[in-house]
Amino acid sequence: MVCGVYVFNMALNEEPKVKAPENLTAKEQLDLKNKKLVRKLLWLVVGSLLFAFALVPLYDVLCSLTGLNGKTQNSAALAAKAKVDNSRWVTVQFTSSVMPGLGWNFYPKQTSIRLHPGQIETVLFVAKNITNEVVVGQAVPSITPGIAAANLKKIECFCFVRQSLKPGEEKEMPLRFFVSPELPKDVSDMTLSYSFFPAVSQSK
Amino acid sequence: MQVFRKIGLGVSAMLVSFSAFADYAWNFPTPATPMALDTLHVHNKFMLISMAIFVSVLAIMIYSIFAHRKSKGFKAVADKAPSTAVEIFWTLIPFVILLVIDFVIMGIPAYHSVIMMENTREKADMVIKITGSQWRWQYEYLDGDAKGVKFVSNLSTPKEQTDKGFDGKKDEHYLLEVDNRLVLPVGKKVRILMTSTDVLHNWWVPQFGSSRVAVPGFLRETWVQVEKEGTYRGQCKELCGKGHGYMPIVVDAMPAEEYKAWVASKKDELAKASAGADKEWTKEDLVATGKGVYEKNCAVCHQVSGAGLPPAFPALTGSKVANGPIFGADGKYLKDSHLDRVLNGKNVMPSWKALLNDTEIAAVITYERNALGNSVGDVLQPSQVKTARQ
Amino acid sequence: MSTTTVAHHDDHAEHPTGIMRWLTTTNHKDIGTMYLTFSLIMFFVGGAMILGIRAELFKPGLQLMNPEFFNQLIGVHALIMIFAALMPAATGFANWMIPLQIGAPDMALPRLNNWGFWLLPPSAILLTLPFTLALFGIGDGALATGWTFYPPLSVQGGIGVDFAIFAVHLLGISSVLGSINVIVTVFNMRAPGMTLMKMPMFVWGWLITAFLLIATIPVLAGAVTMLLTDRHFGTHFFDAAGGGDPIMFQHLFWFFGHPEVYILLLPVWGFIPQILETFSRKPMYGYKAQVYSLWGIGALAVVVWAHHFFTAGMPVPALLYFMYSTMAISLPLAVLFFCWIKTMWRGSMSFETPMLFAVGWIILFGIGGLTGLVLADVAADAQYHNSYFVVAHFHYTLFAGGIMGIMAGTYYWLPKMTGHMYSEKLGKLHFWLTAISFNMTFIPQFFLGLAGMPRRIPDYALQFAEFNMISSIAAFTLGLSQLLFVYNIVSCARGGKKATDKVWEGAQGLEWTLPSPPPYHSFTEQPVIK
Repeated sequence: MVCGVYVFNMALNEEPKVKAPENLTAKEQLDLKNKKLVRKLLWLVVGSLLFAFALVPLYDVLCSLTGLNGKTQNSAALAAKAKVDNSRWVTVQFTSSVMPGLGWNFYPKQTSIRLHPGQIETVLFVAKNITNEVVVGQAVPSITPGIAAANLKKIECFCFVRQSLKPGEEKEMPLRFFVSPELPKDVSDMTLSYSFFPAVSQSK
Repeated sequence: MQVFRKIGLGVSAMLVSFSAFADYAWNFPTPATPMALDTLHVHNKFMLISMAIFVSVLAIMIYSIFAHRKSKGFKAVADKAPSTAVEIFWTLIPFVILLVIDFVIMGIPAYHSVIMMENTREKADMVIKITGSQWRWQYEYLDGDAKGVKFVSNLSTPKEQTDKGFDGKKDEHYLLEVDNRLVLPVGKKVRILMTSTDVLHNWWVPQFGSSRVAVPGFLRETWVQVEKEGTYRGQCKELCGKGHGYMPIVVDAMPAEEYKAWVASKKDELAKASAGADKEWTKEDLVATGKGVYEKNCAVCHQVSGAGLPPAFPALTGSKVANGPIFGADGKYLKDSHLDRVLNGKNVMPSWKALLNDTEIAAVITYERNALGNSVGDVLQPSQVKTARQ
Repeated sequence: MSTTTVAHHDDHAEHPTGIMRWLTTTNHKDIGTMYLTFSLIMFFVGGAMILGIRAELFKPGLQLMNPEFFNQLIGVHALIMIFAALMPAATGFANWMIPLQIGAPDMALPRLNNWGFWLLPPSAILLTLPFTLALFGIGDGALATGWTFYPPLSVQGGIGVDFAIFAVHLLGISSVLGSINVIVTVFNMRAPGMTLMKMPMFVWGWLITAFLLIATIPVLAGAVTMLLTDRHFGTHFFDAAGGGDPIMFQHLFWFFGHPEVYILLLPVWGFIPQILETFSRKPMYGYKAQVYSLWGIGALAVVVWAHHFFTAGMPVPALLYFMYSTMAISLPLAVLFFCWIKTMWRGSMSFETPMLFAVGWIILFGIGGLTGLVLADVAADAQYHNSYFVVAHFHYTLFAGGIMGIMAGTYYWLPKMTGHMYSEKLGKLHFWLTAISFNMTFIPQFFLGLAGMPRRIPDYALQFAEFNMISSIAAFTLGLSQLLFVYNIVSCARGGKKATDKVWEGAQGLEWTLPSPPPYHSFTEQPVIK
C-alpha cells in the first residue's frame, strides 16, 4: 500500500506544464489546488500507516509500563537499589506450560514462595528433554495480576536466552528475582507462569 | 414443499411453546456467585434506566407524530433558530441528563463492579489453572488438598447426536455434558488462572458472572466463589475453530465434606490409572481401550475412519507417521515418530503428554497402528510410554 | 437508471455507450449508480449467507452444513455486509449527492473516483472465491475466523485468510481513494457562498467519515499485513514464542474497527435530519449542535476501541478508562436524538416511505444505542461479550441504524436520481415488513444472549431452541421482504409517474433545484448561495 501511495504521488508530481499562476485558467487553478490537497491527504494516509507499525513498539513500551498484557521485561534488573520491606509479605506462585512441538517436561520445583518485597530469592525450574535429539526452547514469562508484571524484577533468568538440552538431559534452571517494594499495597498474591515454546527466530 | 411443511410445523410448535415460556429465561440465569449477583443487579438497573429513557423519548415522539401531522391540518411552527443562546441551552439539557446518568447513576455502580471483578490481588482460598486447547479444557489444582490433581474435560454428548442429520431424541444436556467435571467447594474463593496452548478460548459459565480469554503464552486470571451447591454449565465463547461449539464446561459445586471425598476418590483414580501403566497389556486390550480414547480425543480432526480432513488435518490411514518405526536402535523413540507426534505435538497437533496418561497414549497409538486401515502389527506398552516421557 | 439521463441530453452523445461507458466513466452520477448497484447486489449475497446460517440454526443439531462451513459463512457475511454492502452504499450516495448538494459540477478527482469503484468487484470476488476453489479441492474454503481475523486462529487458518487479507487491502485502498475525493471535493468545489457551516448535514457526516477512514484504514491495512507476514514470512508480531502478543492484534484491529462503526453511521446521521426536515416541513433544529456532535463522536470513536475485548484482560485503570469514554459517546448522541425529535416537533408531518424509514430508524437505532450503553459496563460485559446479546445489539446499530437508514435515503433520493416516483404502496409495505421482521429476528437474540448462548456456534443446547426458531423464521421473512425493495427500485428506474424537480413539498437544498433526473453535467453554471 505504501508503494501504491508512492507511485500515485509520483504520478501527481508529473505535471508537465509549468505556467505562472496568473496565466492559469480557473479550471487549471482548481486542478492545482486539488492536487495540493490530495498530496497533503496522501501524507496523512502514509502517516496513519506508519502509525500502525509504530504501535507495535509503542504497545510493548505501554505493556512494560502498565503490565497491560502481563509480560515482564526480559532483561536483567539491577538488584542494588532494592530495599527490603520487612513490614509486608508477598506470595508468588509458579506454574508452567509446555507448548505443542516441544519434547520437554518442564515444571517449577516449588509451587510458591513467600517473601518480603525487596528480598532477593532464587527458585528453580526443572526441564528435561525427553526426545533423542538436541532441542532448543524459549521460555515466555507472564504474570498476573498485570500490575505486578512491572514490579517483579528478575536479576537472572533462564528466560533471558534460549535454552538447549541434549537428548535425555535434565537441567535445573534458576530464576533469581525480587519483588519491587513499589508494588501497590493491595497486591499480596501474584502468579508467574512460564510457557516453554520450541525456539523460533526472534525476528519481529 | 418439505421445507414449507417444516416451517409450518415450526410456527405451530412456536405458538404452542409460548405457554411454556412462562418459566423461560428472559434474563440472566440464577446467579451462583457474588459477582454474578452483582452483574444481575447492575444489568437490571441499567436496563430499567435505558427503558425509562427509551419510553419517555418514544412517548414524546409518538405524541408529536400524531399531533403534528399535515393530514390533521397542523401548520409547521418554525423554531426561533438560529438564536444560538437558546439553542445551546436546549441542546445542553439532554447532554447534562446523560452526563448524570453515565457518570453518576450508572457510573458509580459500574465502578464498584469493576473493582469487585478484578479483585484477584489478595490470597484466595484455592487456586486452579484452566488450560484451553482445541477443543477441550484441562483443569489443574495448584494448591490445597487437591494439589496435583489434573485432568482433561471433553464433550461427552454421544457423537451420533451431534452428527449432521441426526433426527432422534437428544440428551437433556445436549452439548453441555462432559466426561470429567470440574469440582469446586461451595463458599470458597477460587482464583482461576487461565491460559491456552493454541488459539484464544474463553471460559464462561453464565451463572458465575466471570469470563476471561485464555491466551497462548500468557496468563490471565479471574475468580469465582460459588455460593450454592449444584451443577453449572457453560461454553467456550471465543471462536476457536471448528470445534468451538463443542467445548462445554460443567462445574459441580459441593459442600466441603463432599468435596474432600471427591478429591480423595479422584486422587485414587489417577493413581490407579498410572499404576495400570506398569503391567503388561495384551494387544487386544490396548486396541479396545485405544478405540475409546481415539474417538473421544482424536476423531474430531482425524475422523472416526482415520481419513482426516486434509489439508488441515492429515489422514492416519496409511500415514508415514502412523506406519513408521517408533524406536531407534538405541531404544529411544525417534523424532517425528508416532510416539513423538502424540507426546509432543506439532503446530495444530496438541501435545498429549499433558492431557493423557501412559495407558491412554499407549492404547491410542496401538489402536491407530492396528486399525483405521493400518496394520503395522506392533504393540506399544504403557510402560514404554512411561519411560519415554520421563 | 442514468441511461434515461443520456437520452435526455443528446449533447453528450459522444460519451461511450454500453459496457465501455461504465468501465471508463468519470461522471459522479454514473459512478454513484455503480456503487449503489454493487452494494445492492452484495447486500443479497451477504443476506443469502446469513439465511444459510439461520436455516442451520433453525433447530438444535446440525442440519445443513458442517461447522467449518458455518464458520466461513459468518465471517464472510460480516465482511461483505460491512465492506461491500454498507460502505459502498454510503459512497454511492456521496458520489451522487455531494456535488449536487454543494453546487459542484462533479467530484474533484473523477478518474480516481472510477478506480475507487473498480477495485470493489475484484475484492468481492477475492472474498468469495475460496468457496468455489474448495469445490474443486483447492484449499479448505473461505476465511473461517469470523470477520475480526483474531490470531492465532487466523495464523492457523487456510488460504481463505490470505484471500480475505488481500480483499481487505483492496477495499481499504478503495475507501481511502473515495475519502480523499470527498475531502477534496468538499474543501475545494463548494459553490460561492456555501460556507462550511452552511453545508447540508449529509456532507458534514461524510466529511467526518472521510477523515476517520483516512486515519484508521491504514491501521487495519498494517494489522492484516502483519498477520500475513506472521503467516508466511516468519515474523512473530502476534506470537508469544517470538516475543509478540495475540492481544495486540485486537488493539490494532479495533483501533480501526470501532471508528468503522461510525464510518458506517455518520453518513446516515447526515441525511436522516435532512429527511426529517423535508417531511416535517420546517428547517432542522440545532444545525450547529448537530455538527459539533458529529465531530464529537468522530473524535471519541478513535479512543474507545478496547471496549470490544474487555474480557481479554486489562489493568483496572484501563478498564475504567475505556468504560467511561465509551459511555461518553452517549452524550453527543443524546444531543443528536434531541435535535432529530425537536425537528419533528410542531412540524407539519407527512409519512411517505422515506419518513417512515427515518422515524423507524430513530426508534430502532435508539435501541441499538441504549444497549450499547449497558454494554460499556465492564462487569456486565463479561456476560454480554460474545453472546447473542452483542449480536442483537450490533444488528440494531448496523442493520437498523445502517441499512434501514440507507433505505430511507434510497426512497428519499430515488425520484431525484431516476426522474420517476417509486410505488408508495410497495415502499410502505416494504417498511412495515422490514421493521416487524427485523424486530422479530433480533429481539429473541437479546434473550438468547442473556440466557447464555455464545455467538458463532453452529449448534446449540436445547434450552435455546424456541428463540432460535422464531429468529430464523423472522430472518427469512426479513430477507424475502427485501425483494420488494429491489422490485420497487427497478420499476422506478424503468418508468412510472414523472417526478417534479422538487419532488417533496418540504425539500430543501440545492439538489432539489435541478431537474429530476439531473442533467449529465450538473451545475455547469455554479449557483451562488446567499
